[in-house]
Amino acid sequence: MSSIDQASKGGKQGEIRYLTPLNIETNKQKKYCRFQKSGIKYIDYKDPDFLLKFVNEQGKILPRRLTGTSLKYQRKVSVAVKRARHLALMPYVADLLK
Amino acid sequence: MNHYETVFILNPVLSDEQIKETVKKFEDFLTSKGGEMVAKEDWGLKKFAYPIENKKSGFYHLFDFKVAGEAIIPFEVEFKRDERVMRYLTVKLDKHAEAWAEKRRTRNTQKAS
Repeated sequence: MSSIDQASKGGKQGEIRYLTPLNIETNKQKKYCRFQKSGIKYIDYKDPDFLLKFVNEQGKILPRRLTGTSLKYQRKVSVAVKRARHLALMPYVADLLK
Repeated sequence: MNHYETVFILNPVLSDEQIKETVKKFEDFLTSKGGEMVAKEDWGLKKFAYPIENKKSGFYHLFDFKVAGEAIIPFEVEFKRDERVMRYLTVKLDKHAEAWAEKRRTRNTQKAS
């Protein structure tokens, strides 16, 4: 209520108000789960080159919100990465992995 | 009988003969437990992503086998006791994994030929 009052009285000092809503550029391309799209059922821990897509430069597993992987396959990715780490196919900690 | 897959890493200081002997030992152990070997793979000397026991590389071997579930615990104990084995990982294969293992094998044989 107070904000409407302030706006009608001329607003707070420094507050910018727009007549038209701002056109904020958003990513139009929707993320998708690559496993569901290409029909991959099993994620192999013996293939570190493939698993490299799901870790960042430090070798940490990337979150679902960045890769777009569905929950079902994210769990499998994380297990596969952890198995690969155990067998020294992937590093636990790294620097400049990519 | 379940389908399993084991990857193990042997010490890089071993000679060729010692490696063959070790691999043979584990294979014999499995068959003595009534296991059935589906496939064997030798990845050769591979570099580690991080040092293990101050070593930078090791011999990777893969066993693909079918055995009763009760045999897995003594099999892993055998790996633990053997100091030539640096790491091991046994995984039970579900139907998707079996399909993938099959596909991988045919691809590898094609590559080899």
